Amino acid sequence: MAADATAEARLPAVTRPAGRRAAAVRHRTEPLLVVLGLAVLWEILTRTDVLPSRYIPPVTVIVPELADLLTTGTFWSSFGATVYSWALGFVIATAIGVPLGLLIGSSRLLHRATSVVIEFLRPIPSVALIPLVVLVLGAGYQATLMLVVFACVWPQLVQASYGAQAVDRVGWETAVSFRLSAWQRFRRITVPSASPYLLTGCRIASSIDLIIVVTAGIVIRTPGLGNEITLAANAGSFDSMYAYILVTGIVGYAFTTGIAAVEKRLMSWRPEFRKAH
Amino acid sequence: MLEVQSLGKTYLGSTPHEAIRDISCSVTEGEFVALVGPSGCGKTTLLRCLSGLDSPTTGEVRVDGARVIEPVASMALVFQEYGRSLYPWLTVEQNMRLPLEAAGVSRSEIRERCDRALTDVGLQGMNDRHPWQLSGGMQQRVAIARAIAYRPRILLMDEPFASVDAQTREDLEDLMLDIRSRYDMTIVFVTHDIEESIYLSDRVIVLSQPPTTVAKVFPVNLPRERDQLGTKSLPEFIELRTAVHRAIRRDEDVTAGALAKA
Amino acid sequence: MRRLTSVAHRLLGLLVFAVLVAAWWLGSQNSLNPFYPPLEVITQHFRDNWLFERVPGDLVPSMWRLAVGYLIGVAAGAGLGMLIGVRPRLRRAVTPVIDFMRSLPPTALIPTAIVVIGIGSSGKVGLIALACVWPVLLNTVTAVANLDVIWSQTAKAYRISGWRYLRRVQLPGALPQILAGARAALAVALIMVVVTEMVGSTEGIGHFVIQAQRTFALADMWSGVLLIGLIGFAINALFVAVQRGLLRSHGPRGTTRS
Repeated sequence: MAADATAEARLPAVTRPAGRRAAAVRHRTEPLLVVLGLAVLWEILTRTDVLPSRYIPPVTVIVPELADLLTTGTFWSSFGATVYSWALGFVIATAIGVPLGLLIGSSRLLHRATSVVIEFLRPIPSVALIPLVVLVLGAGYQATLMLVVFACVWPQLVQASYGAQAVDRVGWETAVSFRLSAWQRFRRITVPSASPYLLTGCRIASSIDLIIVVTAGIVIRTPGLGNEITLAANAGSFDSMYAYILVTGIVGYAFTTGIAAVEKRLMSWRPEFRKAH
Repeated sequence: MLEVQSLGKTYLGSTPHEAIRDISCSVTEGEFVALVGPSGCGKTTLLRCLSGLDSPTTGEVRVDGARVIEPVASMALVFQEYGRSLYPWLTVEQNMRLPLEAAGVSRSEIRERCDRALTDVGLQGMNDRHPWQLSGGMQQRVAIARAIAYRPRILLMDEPFASVDAQTREDLEDLMLDIRSRYDMTIVFVTHDIEESIYLSDRVIVLSQPPTTVAKVFPVNLPRERDQLGTKSLPEFIELRTAVHRAIRRDEDVTAGALAKA
Repeated sequence: MRRLTSVAHRLLGLLVFAVLVAAWWLGSQNSLNPFYPPLEVITQHFRDNWLFERVPGDLVPSMWRLAVGYLIGVAAGAGLGMLIGVRPRLRRAVTPVIDFMRSLPPTALIPTAIVVIGIGSSGKVGLIALACVWPVLLNTVTAVANLDVIWSQTAKAYRISGWRYLRRVQLPGALPQILAGARAALAVALIMVVVTEMVGSTEGIGHFVIQAQRTFALADMWSGVLLIGLIGFAINALFVAVQRGLLRSHGPRGTTRS
């Protein structure tokens, strides 16, 4: 937004509506042109074998391959498995992390008591536990879930705890002075105050979640997109390998933009999302 | 109806701080009392004790004979920091409804009270705005509307107009007089502005430097009907202003003298 | 008094931690379950493996790749971000691409890399760097784009421009958010180090734990898992210390939570 202001400061004081409309069109078309440009560049580099086309097929090969994949059952079952693991892991991690985080953040004593344990466990990369969960749970989707939950509980918990601590003192005392009950204060003050942090937690957790699900597919070969990428790579069918990578990226992009959209909608009262009036 | 009996407040901590030494006073039904004093004199602390947000170290606060140990339903508090006291995620009306819903007021009555209160503060039709879409003065009007919709018998106000500009401040002062005449409320108003304290109130209580005590009490015998220019140029007003000013200054001098001796 | 309570609070945290470790120690003491060897046995294996027999062969290569890949990635992300962030039109045009790359799980590229470039040490470093670019790039672009307009206008009024503006205003102004991105990248880098070694390596800590699991050397495996955990903790602590040092001059608002 600030950059808009600088850009506009350079323009004449009165911006004509026509100019504004042209800018809006430009904002929509230019990103597409960039994507298109990159695709063309890729095509040229691979067609001319500047990049080895044996390993890196041209876009015009990958995209039809992707279209073909969309008609196969294998694709949809691996796609479904990945999305399912992602969603279930996300729900479990949220259900554990958020209430616990809000609780810890609301009590100074609990916060202090748990701080060292949390600061120790949080940075442990969940992939370090891969051998362990495979051993205990086998190579099924339970192993993946376990890894996802371990990885995603921390951001949810830590953000929720920050959120509970972010409740404004005056706002809180206003609620106390109007005699809101403890539950009402929690629901009407703590939760909305913490919500920006909760959404940040969801954003972080959702992207780690997908990384772990895909990684589990690659390392322990649980069914899903990660596993399909590995299978395709090992079979030397690079067309479908890139198609699967592309799909994985699209899934990740959908999650990211989806959460960003939810955030924008719910957080319209936050300074960074406010519309000028 | 509101009594303060030898209230004292000491903050414990690395260096214990005696904010209030001994304050006794009482406020009668329908009275508008202003508390003034030098900055840092524990006005806010006193008000927090009155509202039940804070508890006194010694002494007690009673409302209708009942001891105040937590916020009571018959009192509402308006904070200086309206920007933080109004919830940004709620609209103007939702902010006003929240305490009423918590108090179990019926739906139809909530609607009616909100509309009336908004009209009384001159913000009719602003129900669905968010606080941050309003100017500072308007935000404080919303906070006042929220308090009067709550229908307290005692309204406590903590330097409510300290963070708005001078013009808005005069408007809000007149708004308070207007509200006072419409609603049957007892008002305790903390300020550091001497003119404001006299202009608004029936009685001015001057507090001393910390550890705070009551330095002096001035009854305000001005006619009920007041206006910014007329009232403030009355000889009685000017006389009173000088007297209150002296009371505050004298206290400062005494403290300064004591410090110089120490 | 206040200092005393803060020390007491810190002690409380450590105490809880110590109690949990002690519980693990005692609870596993007589464990016959091969999956969960006694903590005592694990620590013995930890000592045998990591003090310091396997350090040159497994730990040093991992840490070296982590450091080089991470630093390249962060530098590239921050540098590119500084250039893109100040050009609103360019920024808008490339944002979807950056978003896409950031959303693509970086481990998805590992099988490709193994087959295409064969995954030697430099391949791994390249992958780690590539994975670290995006979070840093995204944060830098946003930070630079959202710099306080007053700052840039002040700079303009005093005719501060070019390299000097970049170095004295833009970089320090964006630094808190760049570092927040760098911290996210650190977690990603650690994942990449471990995973690249698990699937395409004959040395390194990731390879060690997976190999130990496959050969049922479970106490060794546990010792490796423990080591990775400790590394994660240690480099995070190091990062926080560096961050605090770099942001000291930013005042209390400089340190953002991430």
